[in-house]
Amino acid sequence: MEESHNELPVCTILKREWRAYFNSPVAYVFIVIFLALAGFFTFNVGRFYEAGQASLDRSFFWHPWIYLILIPAVSMRLWAEERRTGTLELLLTFPVTTAQAIAGKFIAAWLFILLALVLTFPVVLTAFYLGSPDPGPIIAGYIGSALLAGAYLAVGMFTSAITRNQVISFILSAVIGLFLLLAGYPPVTDFLYGVAPSWVVETVAGFSFSTHFEQMQRGIIDLRDIVYFASVMGFMLLATHVTLNNRRTK
Amino acid sequence: MRMITGFLSPTSGSARINNYDVSEKPVEARTLLGYLPENAPSYGDMTVEEFLSFAAAMRGFRGKTARHRISETLDKCFLTSVRNQPIETLSKGYRQRTCFAQAILHDPPALILDEPTEGLDPNQKFVVRNMIRDMAKQKAVIFSTHILEEVEAICTRAIIISKGSIVADSAPAELKQQGSLDEVFRRLTTTADVGGVAQ
Repeated sequence: MEESHNELPVCTILKREWRAYFNSPVAYVFIVIFLALAGFFTFNVGRFYEAGQASLDRSFFWHPWIYLILIPAVSMRLWAEERRTGTLELLLTFPVTTAQAIAGKFIAAWLFILLALVLTFPVVLTAFYLGSPDPGPIIAGYIGSALLAGAYLAVGMFTSAITRNQVISFILSAVIGLFLLLAGYPPVTDFLYGVAPSWVVETVAGFSFSTHFEQMQRGIIDLRDIVYFASVMGFMLLATHVTLNNRRTK
Repeated sequence: MRMITGFLSPTSGSARINNYDVSEKPVEARTLLGYLPENAPSYGDMTVEEFLSFAAAMRGFRGKTARHRISETLDKCFLTSVRNQPIETLSKGYRQRTCFAQAILHDPPALILDEPTEGLDPNQKFVVRNMIRDMAKQKAVIFSTHILEEVEAICTRAIIISKGSIVADSAPAELKQQGSLDEVFRRLTTTADVGGVAQ
């Protein structure tokens, strides 16, 4: 028997996943809808032209809401589908660790969403054509949006691992995502300030996607925000690992 | 069998493949193993050849070696004519053999086959049984089946497992001295899986 090289399974899984997206309509539907929604919210709802401001605030503001619906649609099949068709058994009995399988799938899905994000570049070009926006907030906003997408995706990956039913996975991750989003949304925090002591509100808001994402939209890349998103991802991927390793039922 | 593959962890006991404990050194143990899960799952959106390239890459084969192994395995499993067809468009027999091909691609010293002839027509069963018999000349093959003639035809050792414990473990010929295999089986258990070892 030849020697196996074990640093590569992550790449192999990544490539297979990536190809599976583009073999099915999922990839095209996702990218088209994502761009259509991003464009619609930026230009029509966000009144990009009328605002008279050359910045992307109005674009980034909507990203958490678009992700809320679209990312669970991508993530729901990640494990649930493999469980349903039985390929999970095949995948996990190849000479790979569970962590490698998770990493391959997660990176593939993340890169795929980043591709959609990169394709929003015409909005940036428009802003530069119309005025001279400050590139700082734009770069920070894109980094923030990428991290935010990763966090949503990690949540969705976990909910996909705990069920073989894709609809349940979709709903669970959308609900968890909504909670994480709303916990720091000004109308909600304003309401909470009225009924709870401020340290409670700040703790809850500290767990929220929106608090951390807003910082980055303003062009502030704070290590704490990066650590926050990284720990959401780390925690959710760890939970996925535990779930996958604890499979008892057929 | 799922425990030997490391897919489930055993509540008690252990399994070793060439001295690699499946719980402690799962990756090393699985390197030596080919596995055909029940119902022969595979990725339907891939073609037969893409699927085998994926399996080859997962086993660490690259470039020329990988291509050589894939074409050799396609031949061995009579899949060459459908190599470019998406798996989901193939009949059950072809899908079964595609998954089988994945299990033998890396020429493992040990093979585990979960009901490899389930749902196949008599011709396909004949082909799969012959392949198993061929493999058994150089490998340890463990397979499960509900068809007792199969045990008689292929196995050198039969294990009857009922509700998780072994109720019989001997050569099929020895079991036959107590009556036909069907009778022995019925006497020992009402619902059970049979494991066969072909060597």
